[in-house]
Amino acid sequence: MASLDRVKVLVLGDSGVGKSSLVHLLCQNQVLGNPSWTVGCSVDVRVHDYKEGTPEEKTYYIELWDVGGSVGSASSVKSTRAVFYNSVNGIILVHDLTNKKSSQNLYRWSLEALNRDLVPTGVLVTNGDYDREQFADNQIPLLVIGTKLDQIHENKRHEVLTRTAFLAEDFNAEEINLDCTNPRYLAAGSSNAVKLSHREEILFKRW
Amino acid sequence: MSFLIDSSIMITSQILFFGFGWLFFMRQLFKDYEVRQYVVQVIFSVTFAFSCTMFELIIFEILGVLNSSSRYFHWKMNLCVILLILVFMVPFYIGYFIVSNIRLLHKQRLLFSCLLWLTFMYFFWKLGDPFPILSPKHGILSIEQLISRVGVIGVTLMALLSGFGAVNCPYTYMSYFLRNVTDTDILALERRLLQTMDMIISKKKRMAMTRRTMFQKGEVHNRPSGFWGMIKSVTTSAPGSENLTLIQQEVDALEELSRQLFLETADLYATKERIEYSKTFKGKYFNFLGYFFSIYCVWKIFMATINIVFDRVGKTDPVTRGIEITVNYLGIQFDVKFWSQHISFILVGIIIVTSIRGLLITLTKGMYFVSSVLLIRMSMPLEYRTIITEVLGELQFNFYHRWFDVIFLVSALSSILFLYLAHKQAPEKHMAP
Repeated sequence: MASLDRVKVLVLGDSGVGKSSLVHLLCQNQVLGNPSWTVGCSVDVRVHDYKEGTPEEKTYYIELWDVGGSVGSASSVKSTRAVFYNSVNGIILVHDLTNKKSSQNLYRWSLEALNRDLVPTGVLVTNGDYDREQFADNQIPLLVIGTKLDQIHENKRHEVLTRTAFLAEDFNAEEINLDCTNPRYLAAGSSNAVKLSHREEILFKRW
Repeated sequence: MSFLIDSSIMITSQILFFGFGWLFFMRQLFKDYEVRQYVVQVIFSVTFAFSCTMFELIIFEILGVLNSSSRYFHWKMNLCVILLILVFMVPFYIGYFIVSNIRLLHKQRLLFSCLLWLTFMYFFWKLGDPFPILSPKHGILSIEQLISRVGVIGVTLMALLSGFGAVNCPYTYMSYFLRNVTDTDILALERRLLQTMDMIISKKKRMAMTRRTMFQKGEVHNRPSGFWGMIKSVTTSAPGSENLTLIQQEVDALEELSRQLFLETADLYATKERIEYSKTFKGKYFNFLGYFFSIYCVWKIFMATINIVFDRVGKTDPVTRGIEITVNYLGIQFDVKFWSQHISFILVGIIIVTSIRGLLITLTKGMYFVSSVLLIRMSMPLEYRTIITEVLGELQFNFYHRWFDVIFLVSALSSILFLYLAHKQAPEKHMAP
């Protein structure tokens, strides 16, 4: 890829799903106190020890690019956003568990990001329809994260989680559901943290 | 018997409007978000339905359709319901939703929303005092009172919007105002944006590394919380954390810069699109319309000024006067009365359609409609005015015309100023070498 030791991961999703809170939690291990609307793109950096515990251990920085906006933006905003999609190593798709539309919009988000980067080998579907084959030969690892888990009532949890499992399958991605106001979810040793580090390892392998 | 038929016609049309409002709500307004509270949707559709029926009644009035007494009855009923919804239900629900969003007051939200509503009613009532709208004949809690207050608010809002729209519309459509944007400009800006992002990233990497080494060395860097924490941080501050705050400040400044650059780039893309659009047929057509419309807007502003300065109130509707002028100029035998009736009817129709469209875009629904009725009266020939006057009571219409002119003028002038400043500011940034 472009520069040495540089790993770039996009964080995409609709407005208000909690991308900024998520990024803050991942990078600073602290809950974001005053979330405000992201204009443009905000970047944060996460330190990762590749192959921890082995003699080949090396410390890398993962750059998390949190791009703001919505899929329905004007095309001028989309063209401006496209400048951030260059040479991407991984994508985190964030959706709101309490809002079905944000999950559906994830398809459009992924298409927007991937169309920019894909070498045009096949026919590009441009009318927004989802085509699973496009993701089949996709080399960029994806991670689907569902936020606001705490706002889902207990008895609805099961159906929501089944729905999101299908979503992750469609993307051929790993999935994590959490609540960005509670650092417990990504504490070391939790299943979520394991999934996260697993994804990061894949990221480095492909890179 | 005819009353029954008329009523059924009215009710079917109301149901149609209700359905239309519902659909519109789902498709346009809330396209990207899931609606959790169906109450909101119901209220919206009901208000929309009743407002549309009011306009329908005006049209019927002009055309002379349906029985006169049944029309009168429906009109009164419609008005009552709309005012009820507008003054009672909508503010109550708005207050209710606001209160339920604040977590502290969650338990007693009903009580607090009632309180909010009472405050609203108080201010609403107070609003009527400085304006000369009370005629001594009417009592306190009559319909005329409510209508007059709603009318004032509505007229103000509408004048504000139309003032801004009158200026903004030609500015948007006319290509004269478009700055020249080339691809190299855009690329240069994008490069600057990416450079800024890279600088932010390198600084954040340093911060992360410093934090990590500090953590490993055992110095826990936690933000000073509370009073004692602040005192402590003044006296004892590790060198690492000082460094961090410095870098944090630099990062904040850089992030602000990146936001500015992003917005500018988006602006340039939008301008480029507009330039390309203006070269197409549709673009040229809208450009031409823009010139036309701007002349009309200037004329309106001019008329508003004259009305205020010379203390005149529009009595004759502009269409009749316009036709009179054309007839005198061209010397053609024309039955002015006959044609003016039809043309003014068409004009009212256009105003209604554009009002509906304008209303569906902004959300100041009910008040907008009531005040539209009041103002439509101004553009209709004398015969039709009597009916509306009869229904709405003596409401000092002249006052409304004056008030509208004033607010319209103020709004138009301030939006001209605002747009001029915005226009001036932008090219200075781009023309830098």
